[in-house]
Amino acid sequence: MSQGVVLFASTHFAIRAEKLAKEKGLAVKLIPVPRHLSSDCGVCLRFTWDQKKEIENTLNQAGLQMEGIHCLG
Amino acid sequence: MSERLIYLDNAATSHPKPEIVIQAMEAFMRNVGGNPGRSGHRLSIEAGRIIFETREKIAALFGISDSSRVIFGQNATEAINLGLKGLLRRGDHVITSSMEHNSVMRPLRALEREGIDLTVVPCSREGFLDPAEIQKAIRKNSRMVVLNHGSNVVGTLLPLEPVGKICRNHGILFMVDAAQTAGVIPIDMEKEKIDLLALTGHKALFGPQGTGGLVMGERVNEKNLEPLKRGGTGSRSELEEQPDFLPDRCESGTPNAVGLTGLRAGLDFILGVGIERIRDHEKRLTTRLIQGLQEIPGAIVYGSGDAEKQCATVSFNLKNWMPSDLSFRLDEEFGILTRVGLHCAPSAHKTIGTFPEGTVRVSMSYLNTGEEIEQALQAIKTLVRKEA
Repeated sequence: MSQGVVLFASTHFAIRAEKLAKEKGLAVKLIPVPRHLSSDCGVCLRFTWDQKKEIENTLNQAGLQMEGIHCLG
Repeated sequence: MSERLIYLDNAATSHPKPEIVIQAMEAFMRNVGGNPGRSGHRLSIEAGRIIFETREKIAALFGISDSSRVIFGQNATEAINLGLKGLLRRGDHVITSSMEHNSVMRPLRALEREGIDLTVVPCSREGFLDPAEIQKAIRKNSRMVVLNHGSNVVGTLLPLEPVGKICRNHGILFMVDAAQTAGVIPIDMEKEKIDLLALTGHKALFGPQGTGGLVMGERVNEKNLEPLKRGGTGSRSELEEQPDFLPDRCESGTPNAVGLTGLRAGLDFILGVGIERIRDHEKRLTTRLIQGLQEIPGAIVYGSGDAEKQCATVSFNLKNWMPSDLSFRLDEEFGILTRVGLHCAPSAHKTIGTFPEGTVRVSMSYLNTGEEIEQALQAIKTLVRKEA
């Protein structure tokens, strides 16, 4: 199954996003930001691509600003 | 020395700490140890999670919803410096009280030399502040009011909510130094209209030394807040400019992750006991201490004299005794640890009439017992009798 990642400005937001997604029962994991997406040394939130809508809704509802959402294939 | 010590210097730093604080810090050192927000591996992420949770607990305890507005630093002094130096500009007017600690006074005096107008509003000999004095001091260029919540010399509480309202009505920022009260007296930034709350982690919040923070309300525009320092944040690494979002804007360099782990455990301890229960216990100790001191011939007790109107810090002197002699003998002969002198607050001592000789300060925590207070009172009585 293809996977996606959400990028955030700061680790603080990535960890908050992880907590929110887990509370909703979504399967997520914090992973290092893939080099081709950003040169940031932080982490991003990985999820299964077919849950993109739920992820976006969850984070939008919490007012959490995303820096980008990408499919890893 | 084999006798059990009675530690009554909790206004300087709380001791002992709850066992869970020590255990949490040891567990971090053994099992976590990663650099939060710097790497993508599990130990770095785990350290980041701990700091995130500490932020969330602080935000919840003081009534703000966005925990990214909790900026961690070394202590309340750093938080106060960030708030003052970060937001004030030449030509701004600042109002503070005569009961402040040097953590507020010294940065303000330095800023005064750099072109900031400063008004120090007088307090009563008991350390009380009349909010009307703040109102009277307001000018067209007033930008900020800075007040301590509880005096580190006599414990007297200042009226936050009335001053907060005055500030809000005049569009002035309100910064509170809660070094002596956070963890003991409930503080609601929303209700009391506090824009900046300076905290130390190692006093009534029961964390270790080297932890503290500045909590910022919605009215503070972080874009106008100059950081005290700049450097690595783990974010926006491609840029050579500091990020403009919180908390990264104001937190550069590796944080005190083990300390913040201890602070998180301290917060858990406080929430587990309940702030009201902590405050009730400290009020009982304070009432008994004040009453017991007042019964000692030649004792002068400073401050409000009323546990309702102060935190658990009491200053006193004995007639014909140098404060330093008394404190030294309490330590040497009885293992009772107090603090003498000016307590880094010359202006507060001038206000209560004890400058420059100072006072003996007895400051308690939730972990002190009524029995310890009785022993301290007995020891003072014994010394008075010996010297009579």
